[in-house]
Amino acid sequence: MDKMEQMLLWFELHSLQERYVSVLDNDRLEEWPTLFTEDCEYGVIPKENEDMGLPVGVIWCNNQRMLRDRVVSLRHANIFEAHSYRHMTSGLQITPVDADTVDMLSNYVVVQTRANGESQVYQAGRYEDRVVRTAEGWRFQKKRAIFDTSRVQTLLATPI
Amino acid sequence: MSAVPTSEGAAPAPAHKLAFFPREDGSRVPYEVFSSQEIYDLEQERIFRGPTWSFLALEAEIPKPGDYKSTFVGDTPVVVTRSEDGELAAWVNRCSHRGAMVCRNARGNASSHSCVYHQWSFDQRGNLLGVPFRRGQKHMTGMPKDFDPKCHSLRQLKVESYRGLVFATFSDEAPTLPDYLGNEMRPWVDRIFHKPVEYLGCTRQYSQSNWKLYYENVKDPYHASMLHLFHTTFNIFRVGMHARSLPDATHGLHSIITVTKNEEETSAAYKQQGIRSMDDGFRLEDESVLGHVKEYDELTTNHIQTIFPQLVIQQIHNTLVARQLLPKGPDNFELIFHFFGYTDDTPELRELRLKQANLVGPAGYISMEDTEATELVQRGTRRDPKATSVIEMARDNPGQQDSNITESLIRRFWVGYQQLMGF
Repeated sequence: MDKMEQMLLWFELHSLQERYVSVLDNDRLEEWPTLFTEDCEYGVIPKENEDMGLPVGVIWCNNQRMLRDRVVSLRHANIFEAHSYRHMTSGLQITPVDADTVDMLSNYVVVQTRANGESQVYQAGRYEDRVVRTAEGWRFQKKRAIFDTSRVQTLLATPI
Repeated sequence: MSAVPTSEGAAPAPAHKLAFFPREDGSRVPYEVFSSQEIYDLEQERIFRGPTWSFLALEAEIPKPGDYKSTFVGDTPVVVTRSEDGELAAWVNRCSHRGAMVCRNARGNASSHSCVYHQWSFDQRGNLLGVPFRRGQKHMTGMPKDFDPKCHSLRQLKVESYRGLVFATFSDEAPTLPDYLGNEMRPWVDRIFHKPVEYLGCTRQYSQSNWKLYYENVKDPYHASMLHLFHTTFNIFRVGMHARSLPDATHGLHSIITVTKNEEETSAAYKQQGIRSMDDGFRLEDESVLGHVKEYDELTTNHIQTIFPQLVIQQIHNTLVARQLLPKGPDNFELIFHFFGYTDDTPELRELRLKQANLVGPAGYISMEDTEATELVQRGTRRDPKATSVIEMARDNPGQQDSNITESLIRRFWVGYQQLMGF
């Protein structure tokens, strides 16, 4: 891969990450599943489990239909206080696996603002992603949000 | 001399009670029990250090000699360990020297535990092993001659395990653990823990509300279909269900709620209602999250069992959890969901358990609302400590146990609570 190809790849994957964050932070949840492949895996996993090799997470989906189900449930079934997220990401590392597959690692901090207007660091962690090239562009085949924060304040509705 | 008359010489005033329950049947609860620091402190003494057994861990979390886990009894930090001979022990995590926390890790494996402050070291049971410079050095004196290490162990709790669930008590007055669980509750514990389990990890949730509000919630089958709208939204009809709401007979502080499918009725009833469910509303694209592999005698979809004061055993479909409830001051509690499966799970069943973990925990489809509700109560009641809740549902039929439109278990809980607290 020459320098131009590397720059292009970095630009494309960074754009994917920025789009992912924008969808979650600006209440466009219905777009969220479209950034994944049909056979995707998505998980939000406490670091303490990950460190011990234990599988349980607060969310775990192993296909895109489950992501859509979660959005419908959040929109129409679940009851929670109105809130917003602001994701800050940093430290993006890109490791190509083959021409159409790349592993990504990055940090995230989510600041949550609840109805009373107070903003708090809600979760800090890292994304471990695998993205693949599709006809629609790069998509997440695997996204694991492994959070350092030891506990979830009140509840977790909007995905990370 | 003060001009204000004093009570000196007069008859003693009636013993002061921190909380006044206006009815004896637990149907009126003064809101001060959710916010008073004084009541909270008394709970630590009379409940968590009283004649109760507090859940600490699954044995499967600390399977090997030397394994340990930091946790709490009430808000007292304790460490539960497995010693070299395989026995369980627990001690207060406070150095017998100057009070520092001895164990600084959440989990681990160690043959002994040393306090970092002055390197006093303790064995897995909390007995004092060594004190640096105990006999001094050169012209420097060391500990006094009458210093007896045997008198300076960490404070040790009594520990017992029942079918792989580890409990501890501070009190010599507590009955044996099987007696404490009682005849009504043990068969239901046995039902879930009838074979060896494997720990699958935990999720933690923090709620800005009083710990007893969560206890009310898990003794309240009435709220289930009102607050949690997941099933109704997705047109998942729960017909032909049989309900149970059972308290323990001794003090009413433990309880079990079950919802069970009548397998014969269910399929016919589902067909009858099928047309309606196709009509409108939403459908899950992946219904496996509500799949159910039959594992026990009856096809119970929900088994919610509280073992006072800090355990809720849960089976919802095929997801199995020991929820540990920890008070963090009057206004906060932590809820730790310890997920487990059986050691002989097939890979398919294990995957189903992990998928169904989406139902419960901090992001659970049918549980995320619970902490939202308890926080609403906390915020709503803070300014009115003497006002009371109204807990009336099915009060005219106190013996009924085959209903889930009832608040009978909550009333029994408060009666038991009053007795334990001396209110």
